[in-house]
Amino acid sequence: MGAKTRVYKRRIKSVKATKKITRAMEMIAASRIVKAQRRVAASEPYATELTRAVTAVATGSNADHALTTEVENPTRAAVLLIVSDRGLAGGYNSNAIKAADQLTNRLIGEGKEVVNYIVGTRGVTYYRFRERVIKESWSGFTDNPTYADAKAVAEPLIAAIQAESGAEDGVDELHIVYTEFISMMTQSPVQNRMLPLSIKETAEESAEVIQDNIKRGPEIRPLYDFEPSAEEVLDALLPRYVESRIYNALLQAAASKHAATRRAMKSATDNAEDLIKSLTRLANAARQADITQEISEIVGGASALADASAGSDR
Amino acid sequence: MAELHVELVAADRRVWSGEASLVVARTTSGDIGVMPGHQPLLGVLEAGSVTIRTTGESGEGSVVAAVHGGFLSFADDKLSLLAEVAELADEIDVERAERALERAKSDTDAAAERRAEVRMRAVAAR
Repeated sequence: MGAKTRVYKRRIKSVKATKKITRAMEMIAASRIVKAQRRVAASEPYATELTRAVTAVATGSNADHALTTEVENPTRAAVLLIVSDRGLAGGYNSNAIKAADQLTNRLIGEGKEVVNYIVGTRGVTYYRFRERVIKESWSGFTDNPTYADAKAVAEPLIAAIQAESGAEDGVDELHIVYTEFISMMTQSPVQNRMLPLSIKETAEESAEVIQDNIKRGPEIRPLYDFEPSAEEVLDALLPRYVESRIYNALLQAAASKHAATRRAMKSATDNAEDLIKSLTRLANAARQADITQEISEIVGGASALADASAGSDR
Repeated sequence: MAELHVELVAADRRVWSGEASLVVARTTSGDIGVMPGHQPLLGVLEAGSVTIRTTGESGEGSVVAAVHGGFLSFADDKLSLLAEVAELADEIDVERAERALERAKSDTDAAAERRAEVRMRAVAAR
């Protein structure tokens, strides 16, 4: 076997081994998407019921609560970025980080100071490398978040927003950046303002809707009884609302991560197949060249021998 | 007979939903019973058991659930019980709850002890 053929054979073998790995990762991710999707769906009843309750209190009472009213001159905004702990997911992490950068620039442009909260090792290393200040970060559960994880993330955020405006650790707004799971093929990074209250998808719109409802006041609002009082219900309700929104975002981000991994690994497998095909062609050509060379050497040697013996006969 | 629609949901799943004639739950200011036609209500729940007297399609009977804090909201004959953690009494493993209670007592873990006690009470009320 010629030297060239050996090199090709070795490369084919290594690409085949890589293909096996990427194929396995693709299949694992595919099975995890289904599970993650199911968890997103299972968390929905709670989220919708909670949203309804929050809307009811926000529209049905005149309670002036720290979490629902907009500060006149917001100076500090918290941004919670949700990415994953590991890569191998195509553009998943960088897209979310890019969206967070955009939001950060916009907020700074509006004259606000941005406080960073990050979920996922990938985001932490990105911010560290650029020497940006991270207020708090979490990692280790991005593939399979539980409600307790969401609570742990929500706790400092709620504390920060409840702190007096202008206090050292207080923030006036809370934004969240994560990757929304739209379908198996489509996931897109989204930036939402979570607080002051925004119940529907787009923060600005819904905040206005609620404000309008509050302004229009008594004629449309159902007369809710609050047990024990509107303020106390809001006090208890809004942290749960933030937790459930973060939980939902974590679950969607996890599902998106698995979908992105699956897609990235699928294209890696396809590329490996293409590579194997072209390498096999090259290996075949090299083998053929070896054979041709051998034949021409044999023929050349034979004719040289024939020439030599013919010469000695003469 | 008038009935009300009940949704009992935990953070990660829907625990129970169906028709009922009476729901008794414990709010921070005391036990409250909700029947069809009640005034719109929003309350904060204490950790405790919730009793749902079922009717209509769900059949006559009662469902007991252990709820570890949460909310109750009622409007237009629709009642939502929201809890971070909620379990039906039938789902609770009594032995496990007992063991958890003992462990919590020996560890003096107040939160775990309360959770286990709530479970035991829900089972007792079954």
